[in-house]
Amino acid sequence: MAAHELTDTDGLDRRSATARLLSACPDALVISGLGSASYDVFAAGDRSSNFYLWGAMGGAAAMGLGLALAQPRRPVLVLTGDGEQLMGMGTLASIGAQRPANLSVVVLDNGRYAETGMQRSHTALGVSLPAVAAACGFAWTLDIGEMGALAPLGARIEAMHGCGLARIKVRAEEVPRALPSRDGVWLKNRFRSALGFLPM
Amino acid sequence: MSEWQDQLFEVLKAGGIKQVAYVPDAGHARLIERVEDEPGLRGIVLTTEEEGVALACGAWLGGERAALLMQSSGVGNCVNMLSLVSNCRFPFLTLVTMRGEWAEFNPWQVPMAKATQEVLESMGVSVFRVTQANEVAPTVQAAVELAFDSDQAVAVLLSQRLIGRKSWLHTN
Repeated sequence: MAAHELTDTDGLDRRSATARLLSACPDALVISGLGSASYDVFAAGDRSSNFYLWGAMGGAAAMGLGLALAQPRRPVLVLTGDGEQLMGMGTLASIGAQRPANLSVVVLDNGRYAETGMQRSHTALGVSLPAVAAACGFAWTLDIGEMGALAPLGARIEAMHGCGLARIKVRAEEVPRALPSRDGVWLKNRFRSALGFLPM
Repeated sequence: MSEWQDQLFEVLKAGGIKQVAYVPDAGHARLIERVEDEPGLRGIVLTTEEEGVALACGAWLGGERAALLMQSSGVGNCVNMLSLVSNCRFPFLTLVTMRGEWAEFNPWQVPMAKATQEVLESMGVSVFRVTQANEVAPTVQAAVELAFDSDQAVAVLLSQRLIGRKSWLHTN
């Protein structure tokens, strides 16, 4: 791949977009997909109700589905990247079959596998995740390209008026890593404690 | 067959399972039907079995117990997702109906059947095997306790001998 294809200046800054969105949905329980999305969520401010994935690629949305069904009165936000969601595309059908009103999937779409060298993903080659979600029966889908749409998106997530998917077009560029804890047991127990569940 | 399946349903219900995720199998048909008819339980149909692994972990984050139903071929689809269970020490319970062992007609089922137990164990899942109908309820009961009282990953393999032959040849 030619070097000029590694970056794409079209789109929002992923860190500011994530921070703006998360500040607009302070009550959301957040699952972040591996790689850049986990770094973005951590960089926006650590919360005990954040669960950062460092692996299990393709599993973020399914994890969000189980969480949303278990906690129907809390907004659940799965914040992930295009590559991670593409690996879990079947889960969009499984979510569409359940349609929990409190579940939102937000894809930070740079059209690249940033963690492995910025190789182009399917979304850079014509695939639309909002269109897939719409076809799966999601109550709403959004394609976001400006910062002004993020606070309303946060409010929509907190309103829990139907399961939805938003794609945020972000620039394909390297940003410094911001590393959350990699200790899965600790993250799990911290998350559950915030909901009032004691460790074993 | 329906008698032990009904017992299995009662064990899951009494064990506080709230979410039952599945890729359908004929051996689980009765259990899936009971789950879908039960107001306190949520049946969740999956497109592939690994979704159920992640879903069960999400359910536990939110304070609910889940179980994953699948056939032996689906175990192969779960391998990397089981690293989520192992890294975070999530409780995990799966009930696996075996194909490809007892009087199998379809050879395509055999390779994964031979690998099922080894694959699960290699990812840190404890495996219980059941071949007799009267062992189903006590074994699944023990699996529920091991999974959710000790934060362990547990699979119960329900043998093809228990489930019975699949009828392939029809005469008109």
